[in-house]
Amino acid sequence: MVIGLIAVVLQKMGNPPNMGVCVACFCRDIAGALGFHRVAVVQYLRPEIIGFVLGSLAAALAFREFKPRAGSAPVVRFVLGFFAAVGALVFLGCPWRALLRLAGGDMNALAGIAGLVAGIWVGILFIKSGFNLGRNQTTYASAGLIMPAIMLGLLILAIVQPQLASGPALFSSKDPPGSLHAPLFLSLAAGLIIGMLAQRTRFCTVGAVRDVILVRDFYLLMGVAGLVGGAFAGNLVFGQFNLGMIGQPIAHTNTFWNFTGMVLAGLAFTLAGGCPGRQLFMSGEGDGDAAVFVFGLLAGAAFAHNFGVAASPKGIGEWTPLFVTIGLAACIIIGLTMRKKI
Amino acid sequence: MERIDARGLSCPQPVVLAKNNIDKIASGEFEIIVDTGTARDNISRLAENCGWTAAVRTDGEDIVLTLKK
Repeated sequence: MVIGLIAVVLQKMGNPPNMGVCVACFCRDIAGALGFHRVAVVQYLRPEIIGFVLGSLAAALAFREFKPRAGSAPVVRFVLGFFAAVGALVFLGCPWRALLRLAGGDMNALAGIAGLVAGIWVGILFIKSGFNLGRNQTTYASAGLIMPAIMLGLLILAIVQPQLASGPALFSSKDPPGSLHAPLFLSLAAGLIIGMLAQRTRFCTVGAVRDVILVRDFYLLMGVAGLVGGAFAGNLVFGQFNLGMIGQPIAHTNTFWNFTGMVLAGLAFTLAGGCPGRQLFMSGEGDGDAAVFVFGLLAGAAFAHNFGVAASPKGIGEWTPLFVTIGLAACIIIGLTMRKKI
Repeated sequence: MERIDARGLSCPQPVVLAKNNIDKIASGEFEIIVDTGTARDNISRLAENCGWTAAVRTDGEDIVLTLKK
């Protein structure tokens, strides 16, 4: 619920509409800020993402849950992160934003959420039939700190805004949605709070659906309901609620691809063990495999924008159908071929 | 007593292993060893939902849950 409320407040303070926090969109914006893709309207080094990782690190350290670990099929996790970003950017949102869009009255989100649930369900079928990526191993503390260190580096870049002879080192959108953002330190503080809370509560949108289907456990789903409820209440208070399908902010109305994109994302998240927010929090707890998934997200987000795979409010991209199909095929091959007796 | 090693496995594998064993033996006692707080919490909740009790103890870096019904 706190996440939902914070998201709505961030929107009020300048973040893009129905996008108070979105892991997929914000990773895409970070990829843009670093110049990994060339779509000028989605370039901004989002401090929320930095906050998620550092907040989770702080909570993990405080509660003695910082566990440096790595070595469970990293390249597979990279590929899963890559296609998770592709799928999410066809829908235009990670599972969090799907919920926030719903809470903002965007009925296109229903197709995305249905797709997400379908993708998770397929992932569970693979898990039930023996899919797993193998065990990780305990590693060096310094290895577990690499992702937080990178985030610290990004934070320094975001604060200093260094200049090269050719101009600013970071790319920064002049037009929305990339130009829309809350003040840096407010975003960072929000990210830190969410990171700490999520580390403690194990908040995970994919886990929420998965636990209900797999073991009839509703604990995480209550958290998800809280997010929607909190955001819905906040939207009503701030007058940000707008029911409908047409003309919704940063959304398109192609139901088939909203659904199919999120099938791909949901499947990839489930095979990798958690939603993109959860992967960020785990990378803050010292999980190097989750960190590799996050790099996959960044690469996938950049690729999706460079090669006309990501959708835009105008509709899907030229190569959307091709790469969603390739992604689904890749996930199915991963699910079918990676079974090891444990 | 049977002991399942779920260390180093991604979510939700530890829960799946525990659930499979609960379904298999229906009642009795077994141990499952995990290495993250998330796995510990998830399995404790699973046990509760299935009408089992879960006793938690730490063993160095590991966490051992004893499930009973």
